[in-house]
Amino acid sequence: MNCIIIDDEETARMVIQQLCSQVDTLQVEDDFPNALQAIKHLNQSPVDLIFLDIHMPDFTGFDFIQTLKNPPKIILTTSDKNFALEAFEYECIVDYLVKPITLPRFLKAIQKAESTPDVAPESTPVTNTNTDDSEPTGISSGENDLYVNIDRRLIKIDMPTIQIIEAKGDYILIKTEKQNYTVHSTLKKIEEKLPDELFLKVHRSYIINIKKIIDIEDNSVLIAKDVIPVSRSNRPELMKRLNLL
Amino acid sequence: MRETPNLNYINQLAAGSEEFKQKIICIMKKEFPEEKDVFFSNFKDHNYKDAAENVHKLKHKIGMLGLENGYKTTVSFEEELKGNKHSLYPKFIVILDSINDFLDTL
Repeated sequence: MNCIIIDDEETARMVIQQLCSQVDTLQVEDDFPNALQAIKHLNQSPVDLIFLDIHMPDFTGFDFIQTLKNPPKIILTTSDKNFALEAFEYECIVDYLVKPITLPRFLKAIQKAESTPDVAPESTPVTNTNTDDSEPTGISSGENDLYVNIDRRLIKIDMPTIQIIEAKGDYILIKTEKQNYTVHSTLKKIEEKLPDELFLKVHRSYIINIKKIIDIEDNSVLIAKDVIPVSRSNRPELMKRLNLL
Repeated sequence: MRETPNLNYINQLAAGSEEFKQKIICIMKKEFPEEKDVFFSNFKDHNYKDAAENVHKLKHKIGMLGLENGYKTTVSFEEELKGNKHSLYPKFIVILDSINDFLDTL
């Protein structure tokens, strides 16, 4: 069986690599610190088995499984026993390993995987969320792309088209030139993903694309049809970023 | 009696491979302070939900270093943080300190 490992913790990836090295029938193709990188790999080379961490920032193991059209066999690896019930709702999940993983328990999981009939013989990959005909393999990522998880789908947003991002309780509203997206996340998290040269937090509830500013008046900016408040403390940084005459 | 970290799990995993042992210790020595710093930063900012995520990740290393009681405390502390409580913080710090000291000796 060829396999990949997905875990945001390097130590955990190395532990699983070491455990796999003790099983002759397993070949580790690669390991990935996040699901998005793994998706790219799976689009090009399907695998028989995935060792998947549940608890990852931004995109959990379960989110990842839901993006797979024909998931291969999956062994979940986690430090949390509480997901066991949820795990077995997925046909593709053959076992559930609680970290730290011991060799005997690992071998048992591999036996289970080997004796489970293939869930998807062609074991191919990822739900195509990309409408661009030039990229038929599905999700791709570039420096301008931001992937957001909406209704169990990874949606690609071209970052320069974002106008405003507004905090809405446990959600954020991303307004682009063509469409608005409501995403379960925080301003703090999305701020880390956005390029500094384009985006600025002007208020505790707003991040704006400074290229989209139409005008500035007192303590507000106009972007498209929205008037966005600018906090007094954020105003100097905003003024610094503008090409003033 | 205060529990002390050990390399029993790592030695079992290494199955005699000194190369693997050194490599994983090296990664732990790199990752542990980073994860700890992120935890302290989130905890200081009262960002307990994110701090719980950090504790979750640290939990694996606590388990790997054979701290059985420490692991149980960490599980409870993670749950506490999810509910915006943190009475186990002092106990958790003792665990982190003991790992810190131990990794320094390796």
